[in-house]
Amino acid sequence: MVAIAEKAARPASRLQFILDRPGVLGALFVSPAILYVLALVGVPFLLAIYYSLSAFTIYSQSYRFVGLRNFVDIVNDPVFRQTLLNTFVFTFGSQILGLILGKFGALMLLRPFPGRKLVRALIILPWAVPVALATVAWEWMFDSLYSVINWMLIALGIITRSHAPNWLGTPDLAMLCVIVVNAWRFFPFAIVIFLAGITAIPQDVLDAATVDGAGFWRRNYQIILPMIAPIVVVGLVFGIVFTFTDLSIVYLLTNGGPVNATSVLGYEGFQVGIISGDVAHGAAISLFMLPLLFVLVLVMLRMIRRQEI
Amino acid sequence: MPKLLAAARETGFYAAVLFFVILAAFPFYWMLITAFKTNADLYDLSNIPFWFNQWPTLEHVRYLFTQTLFARWLLNSLIIGVIVTAITLVTALPAGYALARMTGRSGESLGIAVFMTYLVPPTLLFLPLSRVVSMLGLQDSMWSLVLVYPTFTIPFCTWLLMGFFKAVPREIEEAAVVDGCSILGAFVKMVLPVSLPGILTVVIFTFTLTLQEFIYALTFISSSAQKTITLGVATDLVRGDIYYWGELMAGALIASIPVAIAYSLFLDRFIAGITGGAVK
Repeated sequence: MVAIAEKAARPASRLQFILDRPGVLGALFVSPAILYVLALVGVPFLLAIYYSLSAFTIYSQSYRFVGLRNFVDIVNDPVFRQTLLNTFVFTFGSQILGLILGKFGALMLLRPFPGRKLVRALIILPWAVPVALATVAWEWMFDSLYSVINWMLIALGIITRSHAPNWLGTPDLAMLCVIVVNAWRFFPFAIVIFLAGITAIPQDVLDAATVDGAGFWRRNYQIILPMIAPIVVVGLVFGIVFTFTDLSIVYLLTNGGPVNATSVLGYEGFQVGIISGDVAHGAAISLFMLPLLFVLVLVMLRMIRRQEI
Repeated sequence: MPKLLAAARETGFYAAVLFFVILAAFPFYWMLITAFKTNADLYDLSNIPFWFNQWPTLEHVRYLFTQTLFARWLLNSLIIGVIVTAITLVTALPAGYALARMTGRSGESLGIAVFMTYLVPPTLLFLPLSRVVSMLGLQDSMWSLVLVYPTFTIPFCTWLLMGFFKAVPREIEEAAVVDGCSILGAFVKMVLPVSLPGILTVVIFTFTLTLQEFIYALTFISSSAQKTITLGVATDLVRGDIYYWGELMAGALIASIPVAIAYSLFLDRFIAGITGGAVK
């Protein structure tokens, strides 16, 4: 009691007094983070929209407003239309493949077996290791001459050396390669998401369903799937956002080729906006990501909110 | 018969385990074995590529450290990682705490808004940011990355820390305040020490996020001496159309190891962070 009285008797500095008002302190605490993000995400975002409506290139830095002309230009460009289609094929192809692998991987890891921890750590690797480095390893595995995949196919007698596929040099195969590498990168994440969802289901819910006569499939589709849906959707949104907007795998593996067969929005925006310096058209290309991103964010918000109620 | 069936199922199960392990780990095994093979062994199609046909060599690793800027890239990445982690801690710690303690739904909503900026992709921002970077005179410098990387580490870590601080009981600070501490003092002296595991998680993940980043580094940096380890290995060891696969794989392997270890140790927390809103 004495200690408290002494403290209270000491005249508090004015600053101390202000800092002790929770509203002020709260605002002070939040503002550095918010300001940083506003300045380097919010402002550039608006700038990107403005660039797409201007005639800005790094050679002629004019902010002249040209309306939707850039968008009309790129939509009329057959390369861009192929890029847009490629982006969807790449994104959904790899996400579906990743989800299938993830679901089976998760079912497998649910069962205890000797060495499960080690297996789990190994399976996480593709997602943990920087994607650019892993992609370089895949590039070596897809090498036109020294491909280990071809070596194995030849050794097994499936193909001959003279008819060995040129993985990254054939349009359809190149697309397959970037999809496989991306699915490979994301399937550990899908496994982890499925696992987190399934282990969060209380065992008594499943027991009750079994007692009530629900079989394996019915438990799977009418209890487990609806219960893990929110977390799986959140994971899927992450996967789609980061795949739809990625350029690293395509840049390193195929450089958009052969003949634009694997060009995706992020890669094309980089080529036009950074390499060619046509910032206005590059920005317009990148902004084509926005509608899908917007929908995904709404889905994500719904899932987060739904869980709170 | 049922015994046979069970045996078949067991075999099937372990075959599936084997499939997944090979699928996930083979590219890394391939990195490992390529990194220590002699060139004569690597580029001989009559050899069986899955193991060493000649004695392993450290030639590629030696080349990496003596003939390339590999050591410099390692240092660059270390410096960038440390500073970005510091910036992230200084901003995200108070923000996460304040958002966790805000009454009503405002804290939660603001927290979600901050987290959503994590979903704004680099490929949407790199054009305007490259203009910002060149206006600040940071083009082609690793300091541009120090400036830009917090744009994704801050949202992510604020969200992660918000979850951690919510688990710290309010009574801890209230007791300190009753004892004469200011709220700021209570935060520094009482809340931060009990949140050390959360802070450690944030440090590890900020660091690995900066190591994994590729797009901004590719966009802002072209001179070799300023590159990060990920960018340097992926783009600088390739000369013309000739690949130095041994060096390339050795570099990728060395750069991957720390991240791989960090992830396997902190995986559960990362998942809790990423799905924080969806699983309670």
